[in-house]
Amino acid sequence: MQPIAELIAQQRPGAVLGAAEAFGEQTVLIARDQIVPVCRWLHDEPALAFEQLSDLTAVDWPQAPERFEVVYQLNSIRHRRRLRLKARVPQSACEIDSVHSVWRAAGFLEREVFDLFGIRFRSHPDLRRILMPEDYDEGHPLRKDFPTTGKGWRNTFEFWPAIEPGREVSIDASALNHDWKQG
Amino acid sequence: MTDEREHDEFGYIVHAAHDTGAAVQAHSTVEPRTDTDEARQPLFRTEDLLLNMGPQHPATHGVLRVVLELEGEKIKKATPYLGYLHRGTEKLAEGKTYNQSIPMTDRLDYICAMANNYAYVRAVEKLLGIAVPERAEFVRTIVGEMQRIIGHLFWLGTQALDIGAMTIFFWTFRERELLLDLFEALCGARLTVSYFRVGGVDPQGDVTPEVIARLRTFLARFPANLEEYEGLLAENRIWLARTKGIAVISGEDAINFGLTGPPLRGSGIAYDIRKAEPYGVYDRVEWEVPVGRDGDTYDRYWVRMQEMRQSARIIGQCLDRLPAGPILLDLPGVTYPSREKVMTDMESLIHHFKVACYGFETPPGEVYCGTETPKGELGFYLVSDGTNKPYRLRIRAPSFINMGAFDHMARGYLISDVITIFGTFDIVMGECDR
Repeated sequence: MQPIAELIAQQRPGAVLGAAEAFGEQTVLIARDQIVPVCRWLHDEPALAFEQLSDLTAVDWPQAPERFEVVYQLNSIRHRRRLRLKARVPQSACEIDSVHSVWRAAGFLEREVFDLFGIRFRSHPDLRRILMPEDYDEGHPLRKDFPTTGKGWRNTFEFWPAIEPGREVSIDASALNHDWKQG
Repeated sequence: MTDEREHDEFGYIVHAAHDTGAAVQAHSTVEPRTDTDEARQPLFRTEDLLLNMGPQHPATHGVLRVVLELEGEKIKKATPYLGYLHRGTEKLAEGKTYNQSIPMTDRLDYICAMANNYAYVRAVEKLLGIAVPERAEFVRTIVGEMQRIIGHLFWLGTQALDIGAMTIFFWTFRERELLLDLFEALCGARLTVSYFRVGGVDPQGDVTPEVIARLRTFLARFPANLEEYEGLLAENRIWLARTKGIAVISGEDAINFGLTGPPLRGSGIAYDIRKAEPYGVYDRVEWEVPVGRDGDTYDRYWVRMQEMRQSARIIGQCLDRLPAGPILLDLPGVTYPSREKVMTDMESLIHHFKVACYGFETPPGEVYCGTETPKGELGFYLVSDGTNKPYRLRIRAPSFINMGAFDHMARGYLISDVITIFGTFDIVMGECDR
């Protein structure tokens, strides 16, 4: 059997930008404007039959020219095989086509990536925040430039009531703002 | 007289409290008014009802909130609102060494901490390219299956309780308690166990002959327990009426929605990662994958009942063939040295200090590793940049992805079925929201 990357390249010329195999897993980098046709073909082609989207997530590489990497973990239940697809998305045009039309599992997964990374998925039926509050306006927490402790909104919460009425509880803001990642 | 007639918001005539029957009769002889807006309204009007359920509701198993669009009692649309238990586990893991994330995985699916530990350390081991000792593989399989029984017992008790069968809840928790006691004997904790280590399991928590004896006693009794539960449910008319044909999902849809675990197998798809990509000693023991037929709530119940039988079978075989040997790989700089060595050997003390404080570095690269937990496929996708902390740790939580099919599965059923449909996924919000 030919490597899957070659099969995809034959089917959709120009779609494959790279391929790698490491730790026994295959990864194929797909051009982002080709992601939906490639996924559709991988899903429908009986010899491959990637019927299930196991996972969809993103990785943030702030130094890279195309900052975000959208990662698709595909699973073929029929052939007991897995495949990882990737597509790079630049920060300037932070959007990619939704694969919801291929796998409905993408509905929630793409909402999560939109929520935590701020990548927009075109033609997603219901692209809203899913884990963070709907009115959250501090940005997208899984981006690398987002501090682990948040951007200050949660410091305004009152976590405990005043011990005595009228007596203010002072919160050591420096302790809350401590960046645990550094220390 | 006609001026006194009042219409309520539904167009009914409102009678004053002092109206007598005679007065009503007198009213009825009067021609209805047609010259006012109120009078022109139809007598009946239907409108969709928007009903909020949760996040604080005893049957939502945590803090799940669902907004139901109802047409009478029928569900037209169910929109889950997640995130009430979001703790940013994935973000926090980026600032922790690999070992420091093990206790955080306990808090994902807090019913089945062992299974989460297992899924996580397997991903790290795949990244490191290490194999664990033979005895550790057996011990991991044993506790993994004990955890599956605990998870399914918990599910069975709460699902039955939600539907209205109370007795079974006490019975399943009785057996669950026996297994949790064994966890306590192994690692000192019942729920948040943190028993697994990269390279094996907690070296202080070896399976002692006493644990084996107690586990065998449990296994000897357990099939009879399962028959007891089935005696309460399998032919119970209420149980059948509330589960048969409820929340049906076809096999094709189940795959497309990414369902895994019992929800997938209940729809007739014989897919189990323990068979498809065997780990532990699952390929060396005899067991079967139970598969449902109709994809309804009853079949998912049946699948879980059979899985408990299979788990007991696996544990029994593992106990029979449990080899002697270490339960933690000895790989200086990656795994913890044994306590005796730390107390007597200088280098081991240094290694212990280094592993505990700095952790270990992993080769750069990325791995995805899926493990069959009681809820379904729990996958960890690790991206390493070669340092001692993961660059990105992604948790593919079965509860989250199964929840994506909730709307599809709930549409068209009655509002009283919502509780059943919550339960049939066996969701745990700790894992769903991460």
